[in-house]
Amino acid sequence: MQYIRRRLLKAIGGGAALMLAASAGILRTGHAFAAIWNKTGFDAKVPSDALKSLGADGAQPSKDITLTAPDIAENGAQVPVTVVSKVPNTQSISIIVDKNPFPLNSTFDFANGADSYVSTKIKMGQTSNVVAMVKADGKFFTATKEVKVTIGGCGG
Amino acid sequence: MAEPMKIRAKMEGDTADVKVLMSHPMETGQRKNDKGDLVPVHFIQIVTATHNGKTVLDAQWSQAIARNPFLGFRVKGAKAGDKITVSWTDTTGDKGSIDTTVAAA
Repeated sequence: MQYIRRRLLKAIGGGAALMLAASAGILRTGHAFAAIWNKTGFDAKVPSDALKSLGADGAQPSKDITLTAPDIAENGAQVPVTVVSKVPNTQSISIIVDKNPFPLNSTFDFANGADSYVSTKIKMGQTSNVVAMVKADGKFFTATKEVKVTIGGCGG
Repeated sequence: MAEPMKIRAKMEGDTADVKVLMSHPMETGQRKNDKGDLVPVHFIQIVTATHNGKTVLDAQWSQAIARNPFLGFRVKGAKAGDKITVSWTDTTGDKGSIDTTVAAA
């Protein structure tokens, strides 16, 4: 029963996410909606598809984004990542790990005076570029840093 | 749910610095248990933070956020005594929530 319900929910969720992705470009303002999970993006297996799901192909590197992560992560299961965006009118920050099985790691939408700052810990399967992608005024900017992983954090 | 969440919010200048620890296995669906069976995916998908009832942060997460997730964020213009609430929903529909008042610097 539980299983069927989950499958149903998944199917419904998927459809809604697609519709939202289609309308997001038009409807999105600085104000964040109640969060809806970007299934297309999180299911993407290559970084370019993940970026596409965010409408962000063609993002430009920016020096106004500070991405802090270790040069070498001994434990890929707990890699601290902090992103600070000084890009004016930053609306959201996404974290993308190029070589993870599902590259899109997380998206954070800011509203009502939240600072464009986020700090978390992520899992990394292997050495990879970590990309912080910032959406500001509908445009996309990135900062990239390579993190070397000695023990991966996806299997265990 | 096992252990409770933890939250701390403290003023730094005109900004409240908030740190949250959630208690969650964040299963990727790729890990095998002792018997060699895959452990099904089970992770927090959505995290919402509010400041005095107004949403300040909406986060969407994948399974690649580390187990027992840490989240740090900042709220500009907050004051000591303001209320910060953080809540999450996972892939099974489970929910968790915690709130705190912002401490003076």
